[in-house]
Amino acid sequence: MTDPLPLSVENLHGWYGDSHVLHGLSLSVAEGETVALLGRNGVGKTTLLRSIVGLLPKRKGAISIWGTDVRAVPIHRIARLGVGYVPEERGIYTSLTVYENLVLPPVLSDFGMSTSDIFALFPNLEERRNSLGGRLSGGEQQMLAIARILHAGARLILLDEPTEGLAPVIVQKIGEVILLLKKKGVSILIAEQNLHFASRIADRFYLIDAGKVTRVIGRSEFGATRQLVESTLGV
Amino acid sequence: MIDPSLQALVSQIFLGLVNGSIYALLSVGLTVIFGLLRIVNFVHGAQYMVGAFLSYILLIEFGIGFWWSLLLSPLIVSAVSAVIERVMISRLYNIDHVYGLLFTLGLTLVTEGVFRYCFGSAGRAYVVPPSLSGTVDLGFVVFPRYRLFVVLASIIICFATWLVIEKTRAGSYLRAANENPDLLRVFGVNVPLLLTATYGFGAALAAVAGTLAAPIYQVGPFMGGTILIVVFAIVVIGGMGSIKGTIVASYLLGVTEALTKIAFPQASSMAVFVIMAAVLVLRPEGLFGRNE
Repeated sequence: MTDPLPLSVENLHGWYGDSHVLHGLSLSVAEGETVALLGRNGVGKTTLLRSIVGLLPKRKGAISIWGTDVRAVPIHRIARLGVGYVPEERGIYTSLTVYENLVLPPVLSDFGMSTSDIFALFPNLEERRNSLGGRLSGGEQQMLAIARILHAGARLILLDEPTEGLAPVIVQKIGEVILLLKKKGVSILIAEQNLHFASRIADRFYLIDAGKVTRVIGRSEFGATRQLVESTLGV
Repeated sequence: MIDPSLQALVSQIFLGLVNGSIYALLSVGLTVIFGLLRIVNFVHGAQYMVGAFLSYILLIEFGIGFWWSLLLSPLIVSAVSAVIERVMISRLYNIDHVYGLLFTLGLTLVTEGVFRYCFGSAGRAYVVPPSLSGTVDLGFVVFPRYRLFVVLASIIICFATWLVIEKTRAGSYLRAANENPDLLRVFGVNVPLLLTATYGFGAALAAVAGTLAAPIYQVGPFMGGTILIVVFAIVVIGGMGSIKGTIVASYLLGVTEALTKIAFPQASSMAVFVIMAAVLVLRPEGLFGRNE
């Protein structure tokens, strides 16, 4: 018997209202692995992440996190399995200060970083610790959204388009933070459109189209299949 | 000795503050519940009435005095309200808010009906607790000790509520749940439990107001209905969802009401609504509300 995987999704179907978005999607994330979901807008990457954390009420198929079938688990208990989620819209609370946002998610494990370590990693968040979340720039919001999960100490992190619309210097910073997490052995599932960024951080890639996995690519084959990936993504 | 007309003015302002104190306790609970549960809690007046009645019953039937009632009556009202939230109100969150309003209004009618059936509609007097009877002489004016206590208690409770919500970790959960409850759940916070606790807390504040009001107003099944309409107007004036605004507006309007009583007695019960209408026209988000 092998250890259960941090994340395993099998034959998942998901609906947004009446529209059927996920069509039998299967994937897995191994311990300490960083997995990138590649695909155009609207193929179901965000829907997949939302259904893993429990935000999609209408779904069918199996999702298990470290062996726990999460379909019957209340939303707030899923986090306690060690899951951290950084939504596409970042989800910074505008009426809370930076510091309040940072310590808002309950700490899940002793993986959690202290606020002083986090401020050392993101000095500009420390400068703005008493500002309201709504006053931050897009880049600062994204860093805070990630910092929040670092503080909670999640061991499986779901990142939805963390580099979207951000300046290169901030993308660089986010890349460094993800490499740091990999070094700590955190498992990461990341939806990403920025191929260059994804190729730097991920160990494995899933090509997604129309709510299904169309191809799984290992790190070593990524270079060879680059053309195929680019045409799938339409870049 | 100061001018007797000035003395009358000071006493009138003080009376206004006493009414404002009861308004503040009620409107804070209403605002906290609305802010988080998005339910216009029409049953707030009945919770206030039940709070007053429980204290009355505790005294008459069981000989339990004011101080214990001030603890027991809010606890009982809060527990019953929490059960009602869990079993019934929580089913209404995902449908039109009007249903929440209709449901709590219906609950009010039922509660008032039961109390009228059991106790009749006549008001009953609750004696001022001996430890707080008598007067306090401030030199230039004399105040009833109990009413002074009510003003102080209300200010302390309202300020503490504001402090907890704005400055503590539990308060940050409440503010976050107000803004984006789904994400808060994903972070691992049991939001449904938070809502139940908040509802119970708001109801407890109503019962505290009821217990404090029992020795001042008459205890009767319909005492909540009349006051609640004024409190709703105050919440609108203060700015729906702003706790600070609600507290300030409560005392301000209590005093305004009292001053109108001197200037133009016939208009005193109307003053709050005239101000509400003016605020709605000139500043629809309320005096302290945020423009959303």
